[in-house]
Amino acid sequence: MMSNKMTLKTEGDKYIVVTRHFAAPPESVYRAHIEPALIQKWMLGPEGWTMPVCINEAKPGGKIRYEWSNGKGGDFYLTGEFLELEPNRRIVHVERMHLPDPTPDNHVETIFEPDGTGTRMTMRMTLPDAQTRAAMLSTGMERGMEASYQRLERIL
Amino acid sequence: MKTSANLDHTFAALADPTRRAILARLAQGEATVNELAEPFEMSQPAISQHLKVLEDAGLIVRRIEGSKRPRRLSKAGLDAMDQWLAMLRKALEKNYERLDEVLAAMEKPRKGEKK
Repeated sequence: MMSNKMTLKTEGDKYIVVTRHFAAPPESVYRAHIEPALIQKWMLGPEGWTMPVCINEAKPGGKIRYEWSNGKGGDFYLTGEFLELEPNRRIVHVERMHLPDPTPDNHVETIFEPDGTGTRMTMRMTLPDAQTRAAMLSTGMERGMEASYQRLERIL
Repeated sequence: MKTSANLDHTFAALADPTRRAILARLAQGEATVNELAEPFEMSQPAISQHLKVLEDAGLIVRRIEGSKRPRRLSKAGLDAMDQWLAMLRKALEKNYERLDEVLAAMEKPRKGEKK
């Protein structure tokens, strides 16, 4: 049984590299990354969020738009464009969060490789410089704070 | 409700893009107000105001060096970065656990065909 344990590492001050094994072939994992109906089932982040809008034009130059909602007005969205698509193997895209001001572009390369009977996925988020990366990090932190607030609400 | 008040401060301090950029700059090392003001095309008083908010939130600290008051990230400011990385990790882990289920459901009909 291959481990499904995810790794997340920073590489220098320009990249975050995430790896994960999946017990399904690359074709399936790739599909789950480009078909809106599938994306809406898993790309939801912390508990309590849904993705009511998912636009994903999986072709070079195609548009990406994901809208998340927590049903409490904590909505935000992401836009992006596909740069390269190698079916079942590799996706390269740029994305930015709108909170509502857009964050700097995040360049993401996702690679799917056969790994036994499953898939090894490697996602490298490339960010232009340390400042952009830290800006994105602190942006995401606000969501973390919000999740903390919700936990706090539940406790109180 | 001390914790909640601290969170409020932190949340407000991070809500502003200039302040996030200042934190990002300080993540690379200590800097004076002049050095911090430079990339932003903002007046020094405006930057000082942002620094005060960050200081009140406990994210940065100042040191006295002659007439200069260089700022650096506080332990809490550094921890906040680590905290975010931990947050990202948690969100992605949750995503991929869901993806495992989505994939399992996709594989079912395929296995059914073989039988």
